[in-house]
Amino acid sequence: MTKQLLTLRVNGEPRTIAADTHHTLLEVLREELGLTGTKHGCELGECGACTVLVDGVPILACLTLPTLVGDSEVTTVEGLASAEDLHPLQVAFAEEGAAQCGYCTPGMLMTAKALLDTTARPTRAASLRAQGPLPLPLRKAGGTNATGAQLP
Amino acid sequence: MLRLPRFRLLEPRSYGEAAQLLAENGAGALDRSRGTPTLRVMLVAGGTDLFPNMKRRQFTPELLISLARVRDASGIQRNGHLDISAGTTLSAIAQDPGIRERSTALAEAAEVVSTPQLRNMGTIGGNICLDTRCNWYDQSLFWRTAEGFCMKTNPDVVCRVATSSPRCLAVASADTVPALLVLGATVHFEDAEGGRDVPLADLYQEDGIQPMALRQDEVLTDVTLPEADGWRSTYLKMRDRGSFDFPIAAVAAAVRWDGAKVSEARIAITALGSRPQLVADAARPLVGTSLDDVTIALAAEAVHKAARPMDNTSGTISQRKRAALVFTERALRSLRPA
Repeated sequence: MTKQLLTLRVNGEPRTIAADTHHTLLEVLREELGLTGTKHGCELGECGACTVLVDGVPILACLTLPTLVGDSEVTTVEGLASAEDLHPLQVAFAEEGAAQCGYCTPGMLMTAKALLDTTARPTRAASLRAQGPLPLPLRKAGGTNATGAQLP
Repeated sequence: MLRLPRFRLLEPRSYGEAAQLLAENGAGALDRSRGTPTLRVMLVAGGTDLFPNMKRRQFTPELLISLARVRDASGIQRNGHLDISAGTTLSAIAQDPGIRERSTALAEAAEVVSTPQLRNMGTIGGNICLDTRCNWYDQSLFWRTAEGFCMKTNPDVVCRVATSSPRCLAVASADTVPALLVLGATVHFEDAEGGRDVPLADLYQEDGIQPMALRQDEVLTDVTLPEADGWRSTYLKMRDRGSFDFPIAAVAAAVRWDGAKVSEARIAITALGSRPQLVADAARPLVGTSLDDVTIALAAEAVHKAARPMDNTSGTISQRKRAALVFTERALRSLRPA
């Protein structure tokens, strides 16, 4: 029931925090580490707004216990850009206008990164599949552009 | 914000240790002090089914035993048969070329569970042990408190789906189970004393509260499929939104070809009752045929008869029964030789 001391590797840096056992990775990232780029969406593992990468694999931070992440490398949307430059995906999303309200854009960026890290030239269908539910609310607007932004 | 209820977490390194912890901590005991009775001790693997349920306070266990750190908990081995460790993720199963080619229904089913992110976390063992679902049950604590709960969490209350029902009518919703059923799967459990093998078809029972005939001090460790020589199989699922929903009607079919004739056949359905089930009446007419249209229509009619959906998921009863019929036809047609 007490807090536990945890060291997580987030965006290339070890971060030590005291976290409640029942707090998810999403809550720890946002509340303990101040990394509020990762968003609360449905919080039930459906929408994908909270997607982060654990060792390059997209997972749902809202259903992950931080203690079980162990020594794995966690990448959040804050880890995409370098000090000076946006990540090419962020540039592409901006140029294509790949957002409607933008709330789930961090999740889209992280799934897109995982897809492009493993597939050099994804098809439109593969890109849609990899996003899962994320483009759904945007089907008529930014969703199409978000898919376009991932294509070469 | 939806937070998890507080719990203690134990992280055993082996299934034997997990079984020992279950026994030591009184697995199966109910805690009645938290509003709705809840299991005091629960196992968690990927957490993709249990954690949403815990956030909705459908379960508020005091102790969670995580299987995430169990050694060799994931992996796919072939030695005459296919052995899948219970902690193997649904993504790994969907992407395995051998499963895709020889146990196609399983790869297809694993691939349509929820979202890609969730499949990277959710395990085959977790999917086999998935909680049943219902429109009256999968709701927030606020919603359920206002409604006065239902039989599934509070045995004194009626089943809200059919108030005269003597049992809970919550729906079996695991995609991989009908696929595993038509592929002839056996599951292995371990407890503190030893282990046992159970044919998967014998695991499920028509009860939304206790959908599986298993004890709370057992751990599911492996799924075994027999050699798939000559078999072709497929899985078809209806859901609200193609990108992430649970099934509201689903059919798995497998046939074994001996030359131009079917020598063995199995058809299983889920999301159409409280348990996934093999439909023997649908499979029987297929044997000895070459899956002509008339035979397929007979099988589809038998599936239509066996499907008993209630009004407790998305979709209407007639739509889901109709889907079971149409999906059986489509599935069987797709299994004809190329």
